[in-house]
Amino acid sequence: MKRRLLLLVPLLIFAVLVVFLYRGLSHDPSARASAKLADRFPAFDLATLDDPDRRLDRSLLEGGDDSEGEVTLVNVWGEWCPVCKKEMPQLQTLADRGVRLVGVDYKDTRDKGHEFLETYGDPFDVSLFDPKGSLGFDLGVYGAPESFIVDGDGFIRYHHTGYITPDDVEQVILPEIAKWR
Amino acid sequence: MTTMIPELGSYSLIMALAMALVQASVPMIGAAQRRPLWMAFAQPMAWGQFAFLALAFLFLAASFLLDDFSVAYVAHNSNSMLPWYYKLSAVWGSHEGSVLLWALILSGWSFAVSVFSRHLPRDMLARVLAVMGWISSGFLLFILMTSNPFSRLLPNVPADGNDLNPLLQDFGLIIHPPMLYMGYVGFSVVFAFALAALIGGRLDAAWTRWARPWTNLAWAFLTVGIALGSWWAYYELGWGGWWFWDPVENASLLPWLAGTALIHSLAVTEKRGTFKNWTVLLAIFTFSLSLLGTFLVRSGVLTSVHAFANDPARGTFILILLGITVGLSLTIFALRAPRVVSASGFGWFSRDALLLINNILLVIITVTVLLGTLYPLLLDSLDLGKISVGPPYFNALFVPLTALLCVFMGLGPLARWKRMPGRELGRRLALSALAAVVIAAIVPSLYGGTWNLGVSLGLLLALWLVLSLARDLIHRIRPRHEGSPGRWTALKKLTPAYWGMLLGHLGVAVTIVGVVMVSNYSAEQNVRLGPGETVEVGGYRFSMTDFNERRGPNYLADTATIEVVPPGRRAFELYPEKRFYQASRMPMTDVALRPGLFSDLYVALGDEVDDGDWSLRIQIKPFVRWLWLGALIMASGGVLAVLDRRYRRRTAPRAAVTPSPEALS
Repeated sequence: MKRRLLLLVPLLIFAVLVVFLYRGLSHDPSARASAKLADRFPAFDLATLDDPDRRLDRSLLEGGDDSEGEVTLVNVWGEWCPVCKKEMPQLQTLADRGVRLVGVDYKDTRDKGHEFLETYGDPFDVSLFDPKGSLGFDLGVYGAPESFIVDGDGFIRYHHTGYITPDDVEQVILPEIAKWR
Repeated sequence: MTTMIPELGSYSLIMALAMALVQASVPMIGAAQRRPLWMAFAQPMAWGQFAFLALAFLFLAASFLLDDFSVAYVAHNSNSMLPWYYKLSAVWGSHEGSVLLWALILSGWSFAVSVFSRHLPRDMLARVLAVMGWISSGFLLFILMTSNPFSRLLPNVPADGNDLNPLLQDFGLIIHPPMLYMGYVGFSVVFAFALAALIGGRLDAAWTRWARPWTNLAWAFLTVGIALGSWWAYYELGWGGWWFWDPVENASLLPWLAGTALIHSLAVTEKRGTFKNWTVLLAIFTFSLSLLGTFLVRSGVLTSVHAFANDPARGTFILILLGITVGLSLTIFALRAPRVVSASGFGWFSRDALLLINNILLVIITVTVLLGTLYPLLLDSLDLGKISVGPPYFNALFVPLTALLCVFMGLGPLARWKRMPGRELGRRLALSALAAVVIAAIVPSLYGGTWNLGVSLGLLLALWLVLSLARDLIHRIRPRHEGSPGRWTALKKLTPAYWGMLLGHLGVAVTIVGVVMVSNYSAEQNVRLGPGETVEVGGYRFSMTDFNERRGPNYLADTATIEVVPPGRRAFELYPEKRFYQASRMPMTDVALRPGLFSDLYVALGDEVDDGDWSLRIQIKPFVRWLWLGALIMASGGVLAVLDRRYRRRTAPRAAVTPSPEALS
């Protein structure tokens, strides 16, 4: 009898999959990500995309030098990520509205990263270059794009998984940033 | 008369559906109640269904050729200026027509089974065709209820059509979908055999012998289909990439991976009578992935370069179809699969064991790709946002797993069934392994000037496969003793099945060489070039000697004439173009290619920069042809294996079809 039950396993796995596929069909694409909060931004030591010799660390987000406790949106992107291309106009909008953006070029090559910014525009104050994905790993990134709103003391206040839609800009990102300013 | 063509098409579809429903039910009941007359319905219904679907397809083709823009599908996908051959291929250029092609090919496979497998036991044939009838009924219902290609735009008939998507106006697209579907749908045959065996309680080795040639053939078609898709993306999309881990590409790779595992496990079940449940499950899994692929592409749940119309009603219908087909078959599996696990021992280095490892690895690879493909969907479904899982994920897992698979692939063909001393296997392969290591270590320095670990490792795998196969071949034709036949006679005695295996594995090695070389030695440069100017890329000199405008059948083109002087060889000209399709108002890049066995030259015209200067993307792609050459070699191996004499025996030995005691219990 036990063995017979074992034979049911494929059916059960498939049933779960169908539920997901069904939800995928009926899903509202504007639905938003949940927040994950109040962790300090992980320590890092990475070169910038533009200049291999310029290395930056966590103080970039914690004020002191030039950020003066400014709220920052950290965006993880990569040339290999098609959804990131769709997200660039929204990031540009945010930059135009005075939001400070820091990019993380994730698991990419320098050439591809440059090509991406040349093609789709560069809204970032500075882009960190993370070819091995070490910062991405510490941030718990599963893919790209993902965005983090970091407050003036360097604490992550909001985590956006997936791409920021034009609606998200007005309804989620700008209100969140206003909240932590 | 011609005005009635679309209605005749709809009528043919309805007739085909009626026949499919009969084919799905009557023979199945007949087989259960042992009524020969009822079982005999299966074949004529399969023939009739094929005939009516072929008619429907011809009617749709006629609507395209006659520019009948009252048919919505024609109006959306054709134009009076479109050349006739693209009008024909536009029949499957979009959703409705491709589903019709799917159904036509399914009925074609049913027809082929009813003809070439007519010597099967009657009840087996009846059940196999009935299962294919279920699938066909589902798809024909889908067409008639949600995607009828013959729907009309009346009374306001458009004056002209919107034109076929320019990306699809291309030779590659004429043949890519039919090949791919031949493969996808071809796996329905082995699926039907597996279910028929389950339902009939005949889960012995016999069904696997009947199903093997069909599976090999479907696999060969799918291999060619995937290669064509990759080739098309390479020259048509203008980026010079050949695989993007796009969800739609993955959708075709998934059944291929599972099908590859299936081919090997069918071999074990046929030869050794083991892995019975596993093989059945794999047959169901493979075809389920074909259906899942259809769902992913047709429902638009995932974002992809293959942007098809996203209609939730269609997605829901296919999902219901998928749910019923796969759910039902897995239920039958759970209820009918034999409980007793066949106890048959085998040694660690036996061919049985190596094929088991092959299956485990292939299934792991399949699941890895499946997870990566569905992950964004699952995440979205759990309200965790939209992301894309890109090449970093796939490459990080796919490449090492495939490498591991290759290690065992080199061992498999040389191992004996059941028992193989590890030391004996080592002795047989030591020389091949040594030679592979030495050559792989040297080649990168000779070819690229500097040593490169990645290239060496990649070539090592390819050489390991080739040299171990060569070792096996030489060993097989070596005269054993005085008076035994010579090498040539021995060579001629090798079976097509053996040659099939040899080519299949060789093809993998060739593809690996292509992947390794093109990934490591490609050169790419974006340059700015005006008429009369010259640049040098990778030793080649490129000069723009002329720049013209020209008029194609349905587009305007800016054509650059680029004179290329390769190092130490004669000059030739390339003509990259920027086309503007008038009806759809879409610009397109038409890449100029200089193909070569060892290197491709790839020139794409970008945008006009200013005052007559144009941006050009010049790429040198070494060994890129080997990717697709390898796939063709693999596919020819699949076809060759089908030609093996064993499969052409007129009657199967009766003893083989006696229900096994465990299946009856």
